[in-house]
Order: sequence, then structure tokens, then C-alpha cells
Amino acid sequence: MNGLITPFTSNPFMMQALVAGILVSIACAVAGTFVIMRGMAFIGDALAHGVLPGIALAFLLGFPGIIGAAIGAVVMIGGVTVITQRSRLSSDTAIGLLFIGMLALGVVIVSRSNSFSGDLTSILFGEIMGIGISAIWIQLAATIVIGITAFICARPFLLLSFDPEQAQVAGFSQKIYHNIMLFMIATTIIVSFQTVGTLLVFGLLIAPAGAGALLARRIRGMMAWAALFGIVSVYTGLLLSYYFNLATGASIILVTTIIFFIVFTIQNAHSRRNNAQGEAAHE
Amino acid sequence: MNNAAADMTTSQAGSIKPIFARAKNVTVGYPGEIIVEGINFELPQGQAMALIGTNGSGKTTLLKTSVGLIPPLGGDLTVFNTKPGNSARRIAYLGQFHNAGFILPLRALDVVRMGRFPLHGLVGKMNAADNEMVKSAMHTMGIEKQADTPLRFLSGGQQQRVYLAQVLAHHADLLVLDEPTSGLDAAGRELYLHAMNDEMCRGASIIVATHDIQEEAALCQQIMLLAHKVVAFGPPQQVLNSETLLETFGIVIGKDQKRPAVLECAHGHDTEPAIQAKVKGRKFWMR
Repeated sequence: MNGLITPFTSNPFMMQALVAGILVSIACAVAGTFVIMRGMAFIGDALAHGVLPGIALAFLLGFPGIIGAAIGAVVMIGGVTVITQRSRLSSDTAIGLLFIGMLALGVVIVSRSNSFSGDLTSILFGEIMGIGISAIWIQLAATIVIGITAFICARPFLLLSFDPEQAQVAGFSQKIYHNIMLFMIATTIIVSFQTVGTLLVFGLLIAPAGAGALLARRIRGMMAWAALFGIVSVYTGLLLSYYFNLATGASIILVTTIIFFIVFTIQNAHSRRNNAQGEAAHE
Repeated sequence: MNNAAADMTTSQAGSIKPIFARAKNVTVGYPGEIIVEGINFELPQGQAMALIGTNGSGKTTLLKTSVGLIPPLGGDLTVFNTKPGNSARRIAYLGQFHNAGFILPLRALDVVRMGRFPLHGLVGKMNAADNEMVKSAMHTMGIEKQADTPLRFLSGGQQQRVYLAQVLAHHADLLVLDEPTSGLDAAGRELYLHAMNDEMCRGASIIVATHDIQEEAALCQQIMLLAHKVVAFGPPQQVLNSETLLETFGIVIGKDQKRPAVLECAHGHDTEPAIQAKVKGRKFWMR
């Protein structure tokens, strides 16, 4: 039993990683719930990868990575909006193109610099074990902002997920609240990339909330499940990484994905059994 | 109902009713694509107007324009004496739903509660009166037993009842409904027709796009036949004849079965004669 707690109590870096991971899990639970509700998985994915060139450029020029990530997100959102409005292409084509373009740009920037391969790994996969106190404070602030945004905008967000036209007619501007939602998702990604990396943050955004959606009857329940699954994944991932010397970010994402598929399988078997019972009752 | 005296009309009964929606030579459509031109109507309080036409005839476009989702391409369209889209608190809208995304964890109750959102804005608290209206709307549509059931577990017809209950829960002054009976079973349709009548008795106006040229259209004081143009406009008995229907649909079926209105207000003192019209042979009251 001790072995499940002592790694955290005796190693400050493990404790800090756990705290950072919990904060990221909560932010991802809130943002991820709306990503799934609103069917924005693809743009979430694109944002997560689209921030890469921003971060790479920031590292190259000596800025904090988080500022580069923010700029990358803004370019990404702006690009998607312009392309969708100005052409007949559907937004997923625009998103796909920008996503891959930004990723390529990121790798090109990285390849210009010689001493960069270590940084690239940390950008892509995060370095949760090396997270500093100041990064934790930023994450705490961001998590609070994300929570407050979701709380205040709960009604328009709900209406948008249900039917965007309904939101508009009900007096909540589709455009404004869609952008606020994008901002919330982008913020989550920007502050989370240090923990699990730009390649993997999407997993923490989608998998716990997806499992939550399968289990919950209400939005609040979905968020609570998502936060719980996220935190369990972070904790388990950290321990696995600690004992078996595995890549931490990837371990966390692996656990969260496994949790999703376990929930999915149980849920499926359950509803099949219910269906079978229902049919039997009809006969 | 705070309308200027200038915007009143004298109804058949002789009482003065405010005009809730008015179109003068309105053109609807999308940029570069005119769908219907020359739309004129006046919808007084407590009356209903049916838009009838084939798919793609312009019904939905006109509805979307009147709730402010798309701007009119021309003419003068006012709703509650202002531009469409400026009176969220007073308008309830039921669009044609795309049910694809409905894996969402939403209970039927949560969906009906959304009908009260326009009256409370972002963070205004819902109170007991709101809950009462939500409950009563679910009762009206016969889905109170499904309140706690997630929407995804309901059949298409039950979901449609939930959406209608959401509209009723709003207690709006103007209901804009796009094919509200699609997917409803016979019982659901009767509940809906009653609810529609009750809403009018309460003083609400309705604009409804429908394919039902019988019961539903007969409840309406005005009918607009659409086929990429206004084919005919006026009271049902005037507008719904073989020639106009032929022009609208290109085919006339079941015209012999046409029935006039069969509903009346529960408290019959302040009603329109058209709503009071009773017809033999069919018992409608269930409560």
C-alpha cells in the first residue's frame, strides 16, 4: 500500500507532477465535456497540434513556450474561421489543412535548430516530472478561469450543443459563445501542453469526457466522471512511469484511453443485456 | 403586450388586437439566392398562420427570417414592432432537428428547461414558477413520466414531444414552429393541437410550417401557400381549394376529407370566433 503513496510523499517532483496533473485533469474535464457535447473533437485536436510552431518559435527566440502556444492557437482559430467563412469548404477540410500545415511548420522550425531535439520531445510529449511551481500557479489560475467561464456560460453552451439556432433565437449569440468556447478549449490546451505535451493533451481532453458521456445522464455528472477518470489516469500513469521507467505523458494517456475502452465495453455489454431482457419481456 | 396603438388591428369580433408580426413586400432567401418574394401578412395577437408548401418551397426560410436567424433580403419585416431577432424573451422557436448528435447526456427535463433560458439570461436563477411551467409543459405533451430519461433513450416521436414541451415551457408571445408534428404519433398530434389552441387562447400567436392541410391548418386564421412564391394567402376556407393546392403541390389528394376547426378555449369568454367554431362528429377534448 505504501508503494502507492510514498513515491509522491518522498519525491517533490512526483508531488508537483501529481498536483499539475490533477489541475490539468479538471480543466480538461470541463473543456472536454463541451468539446464532445458540441462535436468539436477535430478542432480540439487541430488546436492541440497547431500550437506546436508557436511553441517551437518561442523556444527558439527565448520566449516562454506558453506565449508561443497562445499565438499558435490564435492563428489556428483565425485561420479556421476565415477559411470556413470565405469558402464553400466545410470546416473540417479547413481544420485538417491548417492542422497539418501548422504541424509541418513546427517541425521545420525545430529542424532549423541543432540543440533542439530534447526540446521537441518535451513539447510533443510534455515533461510533467519537471514541472515547476510557477507553472503550477499558472495552471491553477487557468483552471479557475476555465471553471468560471463554463459556469457563467453554461446555458448558452448547453443550447449551442443542443442546437445552435436555438441558442441564437434564445438571445445568446451563436458567434460570441462559440468563440468563448473555443477560447476556453484553447486555454486548456495551452496550459496543459507542459504536462502531457501537444501530441497527447488531446487524449486527456477527449478520453475522460468521452467515458463520462457514456456513463452520465447529465452534464454535471459527465464533468465529474471526466475529472475522476482524468485524475485516476494521471495518478496511475505517474506510478507506472515511476516504477517501470516509462515515458510519463504517454503512460497517462495510455491509462486514460484504456479506461475509456473499459467503460465502453462494460456499457455496451450492459445495454446489450438490457436490450435482450427488453426483447424477452416483449415475447 | 406593450404595443403602440398604431399597431393594432380590428379583429373579426371587433376587439382591438396588437399586431405581433408584420411583413410588407418581404423577400426571403440567402445572399444571391431569392427564395420567395412579395410576402405580405399581418399576424395579430392570439392568431395562427400556417405556411404550407412542398419541401424547399420557402417555409423554413421564411420562419428563419422571422426569428432573425437570417436577414430578410428586402421589404419590411417587423416582429413585435422591431427587427426580427430582437425579442428573444418573447419568441419560442422550434427548428427541424438533426438528431445525429444525440448521444449527449441530457435528460428530457434538461431539454424542456432550456425553454426558460431566454427569460433568465446567463445566470438569472430559475425559481419555483419556472419549474412549475416546465412540469406543466411536459404534462401537456404527455412526457412527464420521461422527465428523468436521457433524451437518447427516447424514440423520435417522444423526442419531438420533448422539443414541443420546451417551446411550451417558454410561455412565449410568438411561437415559430417548423413542422412540429413530424414524427409524432396520433396521440402526440392531438396533444400538440390542443396545446397550440391553448397557446392561442392564452394570447400567443403562432407561425407554423406544416404539411397538414386539415386539422392543423384549420386551427389557423391565416394560411399562406408557398411554392417559391406566395400562391395564395387568406383564411383557410378561402385559400384551401383544389386549384391553389394543385398549384402548390402539383397534386391534390384527400380534399374531400377536409375538416374545419374543432377546438375551443377552455375559458371561452375572450376568444376569436374562428377558434370557437365547433364541428360535429369528432370529440376533441380529452381533459
